[in-house]
Amino acid sequence: MGEAIVITSGKGGVGKTTTSANIGTALALMEKKVCLIDTDIGLRNLDVVMGLENRIIYDIVDVIEERCKLKQALIKDKRFDYLTLLPAAQTSDKTAVTTDGMKKIISELKQEYDYIIIDCPAGIEQGFQNAIAGADRAIVVTTPEKSSVRDADRIIGLIEKEDMKEPPRLIINRIRNHMMKSGDMIDIDDIVQLLSIDLIGVVIDDEEVIKASNKGEPVALHPNTKSSIAYRNIARRILGETVPLQSLEDEKGMFQKVKKFFGIRA
Amino acid sequence: MQDKKQLITIKGTREGLTLFIDELCSFNEAIKELHDKIIKNKPKKDDPIVSVRIKLGNRYLEDDQDKQLTEIINQANGFKIDSIESEVIRKEDALKWKEDSKIKAINRIVRSGQVLEVKGDLLLIGDVNPGGKVVSTGNIYIMGNLYGIAHAGVDGDRNACIVASYMKPTQLRIADYISRAPDYESDGVYMECGLVDEGQDKIIIDRLQVLSNKRKELSRFERRVQNG
Repeated sequence: MGEAIVITSGKGGVGKTTTSANIGTALALMEKKVCLIDTDIGLRNLDVVMGLENRIIYDIVDVIEERCKLKQALIKDKRFDYLTLLPAAQTSDKTAVTTDGMKKIISELKQEYDYIIIDCPAGIEQGFQNAIAGADRAIVVTTPEKSSVRDADRIIGLIEKEDMKEPPRLIINRIRNHMMKSGDMIDIDDIVQLLSIDLIGVVIDDEEVIKASNKGEPVALHPNTKSSIAYRNIARRILGETVPLQSLEDEKGMFQKVKKFFGIRA
Repeated sequence: MQDKKQLITIKGTREGLTLFIDELCSFNEAIKELHDKIIKNKPKKDDPIVSVRIKLGNRYLEDDQDKQLTEIINQANGFKIDSIESEVIRKEDALKWKEDSKIKAINRIVRSGQVLEVKGDLLLIGDVNPGGKVVSTGNIYIMGNLYGIAHAGVDGDRNACIVASYMKPTQLRIADYISRAPDYESDGVYMECGLVDEGQDKIIIDRLQVLSNKRKELSRFERRVQNG
């Protein structure tokens, strides 16, 4: 019996889709059977980020309106067998999906998969309600910006009203270390204190993420970038491991290390 | 006829007249006797206005009965109703009264978009985040951070106050007063309170210690009993 996790944020553009794709990929790399569901009907792009756009034949609305079987709509990832995607429809709108329809699909998928990652649309309307309907757990994504933290707070309030197994957990995305140090960005501690939920991961703002998503392959596939490690750590924490938070410091060059050794300020 | 017990007893005091209305007779009988007595004792034109206090004992007056009584007294010039006092109140009013003077302890976080409304005083153990709002008819005590909006004395009680462990509100509202955070970035304050300053005619934020001077009634549990 699998577990359904919804990735949500309230505000748009904070990285829900990227986070969903990367957590899904990281879990699949650890040999868990994962199904990604895109619930952003009308504005789908999880398939683009995963590079599976050209394989879509049926979508989630086809499943709900019984034009096809659930199995027919699922797309196997081109890189490994553990990962599948249930794409959103591009032509219908959000009213085509109901909470009951979502619950039915998710409970069916849970028989088959270890983790079902639900990519939630922005906003708090029907699309959001659909996305959280069948979820057991929620992960809230925010960036260190006031507006995004405010929306995350609102979303957490809404999720707390639902009957989920545990309170939502937090990912802080797009951290720019130098701005946080200079006080131009809100501090991680301040965000966590304000939202008062558990932090499950921090991801730095990384150009590699953009490069990878344009190529249609999640950054978590590359072993050495900082953001990739961050996503893999999040996946390990989802599995229940305790992994310390990644240090945000940039790797220092040899010369600077030597300078530091001699006590010269870098 | 003569030995019939008097239903209305009138006593003169320094402040004026006190009317005791028998609590066991029917209202109509009492009104009738009152009417007769008033007509009989009608003050002369030049007499000063006499204030009248009416004591009902254990009798409860409906709204229209209250009106009827007031009409009769006012009919005769020269009388002014000071108060109508009854020893009893309705259960409904009593419950409302109790509700209004109670402190409600609530343990949660009021997040953005959420509104927490209570009757009486609010003791919130938790934060009010930006975009969140707490509203009470009495005082608001927050053991936590106040970042959002707090509205105390929402039914018009200007004596209400807002207390928080850490105060950095978007807005403070007390009765019909509103104050907002300054436009420049500022630090919040610890252990302070917001209250209406009569002199300045606005909401001020001050140290908690001033409350013991300015809001003495705070420690008196039944303060709203006096206020009615």
